[in-house]
Amino acid sequence: MRLIAKFKSLQRDWVSWVPTLWLGIFFLIPFVVVLKISLSQATIAMPPYLPLFEWLEGILEIRLDFGNYLFLIDDPLYGSAYLESVRIALVSTIFTLVIGYPMAYVIATAKEPRRTLLLLLVILPFWTSFLLRVYAWIAILKTNGLLNGLLMALGLISEPLVVLQTDLAVYIGIAYTYLPFMVLPLYASLSKLDRTLLEASEDLGATPWISFVTVTLPLTIPGVIAGSLLVFVPAIGEFVIPALLGGNDTLMIGKVLWNEFFANRDWPIASAVAIIMLFVIVGPLMWLNRINSKIEEAQL
Amino acid sequence: MRLSRYVFPVMASLGFGFLYLPILILVIYSFNESKLVTVWGGFSTRWYVELFQDPQILDAAKLSLQIAASSATIALVLGVAAAMTLVRFRWFRGRTWLAGMVAAPLVMPEVITGLSLLLLFVALDNWLGWPSGRGVTTIVLAHATFGMAFVAVIVQARLRDMDLTLEEAAMDLGARPLTVFFTVTLPTIAPALVASWLLAFTLSLDDLVIASFVSGPGSSTLPMVVFSKVRLGISPDINALATLMILIVGLGGVFGFWQMRRSTHRRSS
Repeated sequence: MRLIAKFKSLQRDWVSWVPTLWLGIFFLIPFVVVLKISLSQATIAMPPYLPLFEWLEGILEIRLDFGNYLFLIDDPLYGSAYLESVRIALVSTIFTLVIGYPMAYVIATAKEPRRTLLLLLVILPFWTSFLLRVYAWIAILKTNGLLNGLLMALGLISEPLVVLQTDLAVYIGIAYTYLPFMVLPLYASLSKLDRTLLEASEDLGATPWISFVTVTLPLTIPGVIAGSLLVFVPAIGEFVIPALLGGNDTLMIGKVLWNEFFANRDWPIASAVAIIMLFVIVGPLMWLNRINSKIEEAQL
Repeated sequence: MRLSRYVFPVMASLGFGFLYLPILILVIYSFNESKLVTVWGGFSTRWYVELFQDPQILDAAKLSLQIAASSATIALVLGVAAAMTLVRFRWFRGRTWLAGMVAAPLVMPEVITGLSLLLLFVALDNWLGWPSGRGVTTIVLAHATFGMAFVAVIVQARLRDMDLTLEEAAMDLGARPLTVFFTVTLPTIAPALVASWLLAFTLSLDDLVIASFVSGPGSSTLPMVVFSKVRLGISPDINALATLMILIVGLGGVFGFWQMRRSTHRRSS
């Protein structure tokens, strides 16, 4: 009997250990490797960095090169790229929230089957190519594009507006592609909202705006935070959107990392950029994790 | 009540318009004879013809489909195992580690994931000689890892909603845990499995950044080819490609909605 029980628990353990080990190898350990290479010296070879540890005639030589980090601190380009990324991600998140909240509200208050249909409409674009959806905006926003054509035909402007290759285009691109990540958590917390509370506040004489600001909004704050973080964190390191819609002066850290790696082939500097980026996002990430586990607890 | 009756619906309609207008424009302009976006040169299917005569795009599409199918399948198996562990096996010792790691790839900036996986593959190649060089294998491994996170999240939600009494009844009737899993649990969560496999498949098919880092010479995926074309400016054959992809996804969405409605009707009747 005991043997069978042991066998069963082994089977279960096996089911659990395989995904855990997989993530350990392909998600956790890579960060250790990045940290290691960020401390090594660049060289012209393949792979283009010098080893950290070397066994020389019985002496283990460990060479940690902090030069990459000093270089990042020294060159103002990197500091401003981090700040710019956070600023652009923040503005875009606010954009996304303002567009996404009314959508989530309307979906949460709709009746079936309209509710399922509207939810599907939000999720569907997420399933089509992200790259192609970003590309679609080039045709709309460029100087001789559709937006300017429309506005000039209506006589609203006489000179074409320059939108493509500005920060505004990047905000639009991020809000557009990350909208489902915002709407879904908002919808989840709006649909759990107790409607009798709204009736009570209106019975007590509150105007719709007052009851929205004092009842609905505070009760859906977890959804607002979860949705905002799901947009904000990946937006900081975004590469495709600033590369296609932003200008040459749109400095985002994802683009800087990409150029260090692909154009300059400086793997150690690219690694150091990644390590500092991790420090920037680790705070918001842990916040998100805490909210998720709170939601999980509430569901149990 | 004016807020929920007028202001929000109007703003939400604008939101849905914002979501769908660019897609609509892509579709319309894929049939434009002219190469310029602002000029309508008449209806034409020439960009579709050009698309299907471009060997570079066709090869890349074939490669991307292969990578997407294999990585989604690995992601499905790993993701279901992770979800079962997190929802059902609360005593598992590595649970906190797994819980922390499984959701992180969802929000990790792609440049970091791509760079870190590439450096891992290079290091592994140096120490163990595997995976030798970079190409399809490394892209599949990378895509399986982030696809697994999406699978785990979807399946976890479904497992939580599932009626536990079904599994208990089967166990009471003497079924072994593995039998219960294959005859009760899996069929019940089948729609979530289909949805999550498809999502992992699409995400792999769509990924540019991670694939660019971990791919090697001669293994350019479809997004990599599209990106290099798009960077040079608008090319109408890409509009045609986008329209075809939207058509496939749209049909899938309609099918999914119809399935969902049918299953809710059956349950309520």
